[in-house]
Amino acid sequence: MSAPVGGAAAAGGVGAVAGPGRRFRGVSVIVAPVVFGAAVLVVWQLVVTVGGLPAFLLPAPTAIAEQIGAQFPVLLETAAVTGGNALVGLVLGFVLGVLLAILAAGVRVVSDLVTPVVLAASAIPIVALAPVFTTMFGSTTEIPRRLVVMVVVVVPVYVSTARGLRQVRPVHDELMVALAATRRQYTRFVRLPGAIPYVMTGLRLAAPAAVIAAIVAEYFGGLQNGLGSRISAAAANTAYARAWAFVAASIVLGLLFFLAGLLAERLVTRNRPGGAS
Amino acid sequence: MSTERNAETNAAGNAGISAVELQGVDKTFGVVRALAGVDLTVAAGEFVSLIGPSGCGKSTLLRVVADLVEPTAGTVAVAGTSARQARLDQRYGIAFQQAGLLDWRTVAENVELPLQVHGVGRAERRRRAVELLELVGLAEFAGARPAELSGGMQQRVAIARALAPSPGLLLMDEPFGALDEMTRERMQAELLRIAGETGAAVLFVTHSIPEAVVLSDRVVVMSPRPGRITEIVAGRRPPVAGDDLVPDTVEDVRETAAFFEAVTAVREALRKGAATEGHAE
Repeated sequence: MSAPVGGAAAAGGVGAVAGPGRRFRGVSVIVAPVVFGAAVLVVWQLVVTVGGLPAFLLPAPTAIAEQIGAQFPVLLETAAVTGGNALVGLVLGFVLGVLLAILAAGVRVVSDLVTPVVLAASAIPIVALAPVFTTMFGSTTEIPRRLVVMVVVVVPVYVSTARGLRQVRPVHDELMVALAATRRQYTRFVRLPGAIPYVMTGLRLAAPAAVIAAIVAEYFGGLQNGLGSRISAAAANTAYARAWAFVAASIVLGLLFFLAGLLAERLVTRNRPGGAS
Repeated sequence: MSTERNAETNAAGNAGISAVELQGVDKTFGVVRALAGVDLTVAAGEFVSLIGPSGCGKSTLLRVVADLVEPTAGTVAVAGTSARQARLDQRYGIAFQQAGLLDWRTVAENVELPLQVHGVGRAERRRRAVELLELVGLAEFAGARPAELSGGMQQRVAIARALAPSPGLLLMDEPFGALDEMTRERMQAELLRIAGETGAAVLFVTHSIPEAVVLSDRVVVMSPRPGRITEIVAGRRPPVAGDDLVPDTVEDVRETAAFFEAVTAVREALRKGAATEGHAE
């Protein structure tokens, strides 16, 4: 997977468009999807009101907007709880994933032990662990959700970091031997800095996944203070427009994490032409 | 200026001690004999080029001196000690065909790398980096990133990095091989000036005959299968008087009859090596 290289190429592609054409592109990049989104909302509204769709099938955008207005303080509160869980889990999972990858790169045994486990973890639906964790830690704590998020995040961060640590150019390898560098110096001066674009790609991939995991983990009981629990509660009470209002808040939260991850990746790799080349 | 001090210490400290001494060096990779019975001495401050067709073992020979490749047989002495000890003590500097700079470091931080590996303090490292970047004419690029530099400039940074520990020996593996002809000729003059100022001996791998002749005191001609020295031709390295060596001097040398004679001599030696190939074993 050449995500960092592809990302840099895409950025170069946009940047390469010069002068007024570039400005036009910049505007159209924002305007086009906004216009499209508004059109979808209008069609949606017409289908529901003119076509007379029942509310349980699809509430009208105006009804959802009304609920967003009415529930706004609750939306913020619950989004903060779910966002907090996602953030804590993301940080824990990120640190754990990077540390495991560094250990695995340095110690063969660790690599042999950890790599298959992490890859297996990527194949199982980790949110399935949510009810088990809830039973283990009790339903009055945020710990089960944060653990689910952490496990979800560890996988892409570990895989991406481990790949980055393996990408050492032969000339750097020879240079460090010629300089009589120790293993630790080799890791600190060459492997780790070289892996950073890959680490950030792992973070970018993990950030939106963290929000999804935090929301879905709430569907399986525990505290009723987050977006996920409100969605399931509203849906169970046939308050469909309210459920959609919380779904909308979840989308915004997911987008925020996605953009933050993307921004972090761009900031860290802005001085690196061609990614980790 | 401490480059002068280095020149003095390199010349004085190495008096009587050869920069490189190889005796009966053999290297076998599986069934391939990369090097067979190589004897070669590089005197302190001497500029020696290794030239020959691909597969003649010239790069392998350089790596044996650098202790990056272990010889199958024979003895290797660098600066009067074993190749391993010389590497551990950073007694040589090395530059490859690719500059191999670390993209995430500034130019100055790249030059400091060997000193950082050897635990030299920050202030001393910075002082030395400034001095070396002045030597290679890149003082104003200390804070730049390698990606902002041209290929020739990157290679000059790599040379400055190789010189950071003030080595008595510079090992260079086709360092100008990836550069265009104009840049290449300018870099050759630069290298001669730098070698003169630092007093370092240079072992230089190339497959350009004029480059070998214009740079070297001696041109070592090698032939492949098995890699061995077939002939040693006197080069036409221009005399160096401190900072006075300007590109013009090198240009002048390129137009002398002696230069063309040496080029012809190297070419004939290479042809002879190619002719005996196959009869060697």
